[in-house]
Amino acid sequence: MTAKRDIDAVTGVATTGHEWDGVKELNKPLPKWWVWTFYATIVWAVGYWIVYPAWPTLDGYTKGTFGYSQRAVVADEVKAAQAAQGALRDQLASASLDKIKSEPDLLRFAMAGGAAAFQANCAPCHGRGAQGFAGYPNLNDDDWLWGGTIEDIHKTISGGIRSDHKDARTSQMPRYGLDKLLEDGQINDAAEFVLSLSGKSTDQAAVARGRKVFADQCASCHGPDGKGKQDQGAPNLADEIWLYGGTKQAIVESIRTGRGGMMPAWVGRLDPVTLKSLAVYVHSLGGGK
Amino acid sequence: MTHMDKYIMPAGKTEAAPGVDRLDVKAVNRPGERSLYAGREKVYPKLAHGRFRKAKWLVMAVTLGIYYALPWLRWNRGPDLPDQAVLLDMANNRFFLFFLEIWPQEFYFITGLLVLSALSLFLVTSAAGRVWCGYTCPQTVWTDLMIVVERFWQGDRNARIALDKRPWGPVKVFKKGMTHLSWLAIGLATGGAFVFYFRDAPTLADELLAGTAPTIAYLFLGIFTLTTYVLGGIAREQVCIYMCPWPRIQGAMVDRDTLLVSYRAYRGEPRGPHKKGQPWEGRGDCIDCTACVSVCPTGIDIRDGSQLECIQCALCIDACNEIMGKIGRPRGLIGYDTIAKQEAVAHGTTAPLRLIRARTLLYAGLIGLVGAIMLVALANRTTLEINVLHDRNPPYVLLSDGSIRNGYTVKILNKLQQPREFALQARGLAGARLAIVGMEAGGKIEVATDALREVRVFVTVPAAQLAELDSLTTSFALVAHDAASGHETARATNFQRPATAMPGRGP
Repeated sequence: MTAKRDIDAVTGVATTGHEWDGVKELNKPLPKWWVWTFYATIVWAVGYWIVYPAWPTLDGYTKGTFGYSQRAVVADEVKAAQAAQGALRDQLASASLDKIKSEPDLLRFAMAGGAAAFQANCAPCHGRGAQGFAGYPNLNDDDWLWGGTIEDIHKTISGGIRSDHKDARTSQMPRYGLDKLLEDGQINDAAEFVLSLSGKSTDQAAVARGRKVFADQCASCHGPDGKGKQDQGAPNLADEIWLYGGTKQAIVESIRTGRGGMMPAWVGRLDPVTLKSLAVYVHSLGGGK
Repeated sequence: MTHMDKYIMPAGKTEAAPGVDRLDVKAVNRPGERSLYAGREKVYPKLAHGRFRKAKWLVMAVTLGIYYALPWLRWNRGPDLPDQAVLLDMANNRFFLFFLEIWPQEFYFITGLLVLSALSLFLVTSAAGRVWCGYTCPQTVWTDLMIVVERFWQGDRNARIALDKRPWGPVKVFKKGMTHLSWLAIGLATGGAFVFYFRDAPTLADELLAGTAPTIAYLFLGIFTLTTYVLGGIAREQVCIYMCPWPRIQGAMVDRDTLLVSYRAYRGEPRGPHKKGQPWEGRGDCIDCTACVSVCPTGIDIRDGSQLECIQCALCIDACNEIMGKIGRPRGLIGYDTIAKQEAVAHGTTAPLRLIRARTLLYAGLIGLVGAIMLVALANRTTLEINVLHDRNPPYVLLSDGSIRNGYTVKILNKLQQPREFALQARGLAGARLAIVGMEAGGKIEVATDALREVRVFVTVPAAQLAELDSLTTSFALVAHDAASGHETARATNFQRPATAMPGRGP
């Protein structure tokens, strides 16, 4: 190596002394403070590796001397959140359902908890928007099989319907066709009569015959005018909402094969505060009474 | 000749001219041999006297005054809102700028301000060079302030050099200590002033002293104290030369007609000391006194030409003019000049100063355009807004009497500085009934000062009117009406119903 420095003619600055395919590089100095800051960052990085989780090993990773773990941080945060909720949860546990609806803070808390619990537990059957499906009630509307007051809703959620819980609500729609309780013609007439309750029948003669069938067989549960009995869970047959379909064929099918949907009992599976929150939430969907 | 005793001159000191010493200073970026890692050569700027120094004092006073005083100005906005004129209320998502109140969704006003600032910077730079760097940049202003403090405790250039050369003793400890303490105090006041922009100043001042301020206030106070102290007291020209991107950008924004601090080589060369009685013909006016280098805050020699390190603070102009006055030569050996003019002189002609040209006109035009757009946006700013979100799941609900109900989430924004009540109506949907969850019919929605309120709304159309809706999705408007002032605002939305006329099950 020659000792002579190669000074660039234009700038008067020395080059690095190397040449790559005729290209030379000016040797402008780096400031010392920059260099020492750079060294400091390296030292900092090494320190970081020592105290925090850093490097993968063959079967795990280096844990670091601080014992820091992101899972532990999350667990702590969850605990802190639950503790922060503690006061409101206690209030919710002791307050009555009406009181919860009337106090804005409790209502907000219950709605939020109810909405979350609904998505986790109720949405599989009732839908994420509570809109329901055939055989699973729409919880947004104002038609309630077992009562739409907040206490009724709470009881329904807790004990379920035709579940095997001792507090379950239960009733039976007989299988008039399958169990040969009525003949096909009678079923047809009854269906026509039911349709006439909402003004949709097409066969007046069948309606007249069906009136008698209805009075004998159906009125005891569905009421003489077909408006339903909520303590029996018997639907209102005179309105526009049909759980299993409102076409003639669907009504015939309902009479023929009977109906008996099942809703699980949630008491014991969910804690009391969650049950209350769910009742508040469902009641607030728009059809609560 | 007693004034010469004040200067520390190496053996063989020279006179540049009678009564003018040749100072012992070299430019820090002089070409020549340099190692790969260069230690920093400390710069000791001498105090300059002259018009530009006075101008810089004025700019410093004004900019620092605005910076420190602004958070303390008051602006009455009523009892519910803060009364600080300039407040960036991050906690409550509002920017208060005198009469303006910026909500987060109106952040484009701030964007517009920043765009205007950038365009103004481009305009000023293309006209007069790096005036931002030399006069108004916070780095320059605070460095200048730190140097004032340093000069107060340690004396002017030669005294400071001498102090640094002395071994550590009580006098040096005292002078250096007081200097750094003063710098930390300035940093504290600077950091303090900054946090006052984000929280009510009088309140925060009391809290800071009592120890009850939010932790983040102390944190930023500490950070800005440290950065002001380090950047203004210690790093100084290293920021301009190595850290800041502006020198690189500013250099690209100047052209042949930009006024730049320039050494008029055609007048100054050939340079050299001048003895009393010697003629001035056949030589340049530059007597190589290096006064220009000694006052330079970045430590460069303007006679090397326009360079990245020169922040164009014009102190060398003052220094040279003072010397020219002493030796009886005309001022302006260093001055604001353009390349076009200098080349014209080199060819024996003159060239005009072209401040108005395509580039500057373009910048000025853009400033006008952006400013006009912002003014229009500001004039059209409403104090009442409504947002409507139609429920998606389910899009409609069939009720037991055959009517259809749609659900909406409505947000009303009250940007007035007082609470207001609104009545909500559905307009354009025959027979529709509107109900707000949690309110009786005919109830008014109360929205607090400067706040947003969210409500759930149900719109129900009875079975009889359903058939009259000619499509499955009918447009209508939700209108929020303020009875007190008569203002109203509407948002178009739609009402959905199922296709089948037969009562069915679900969607």
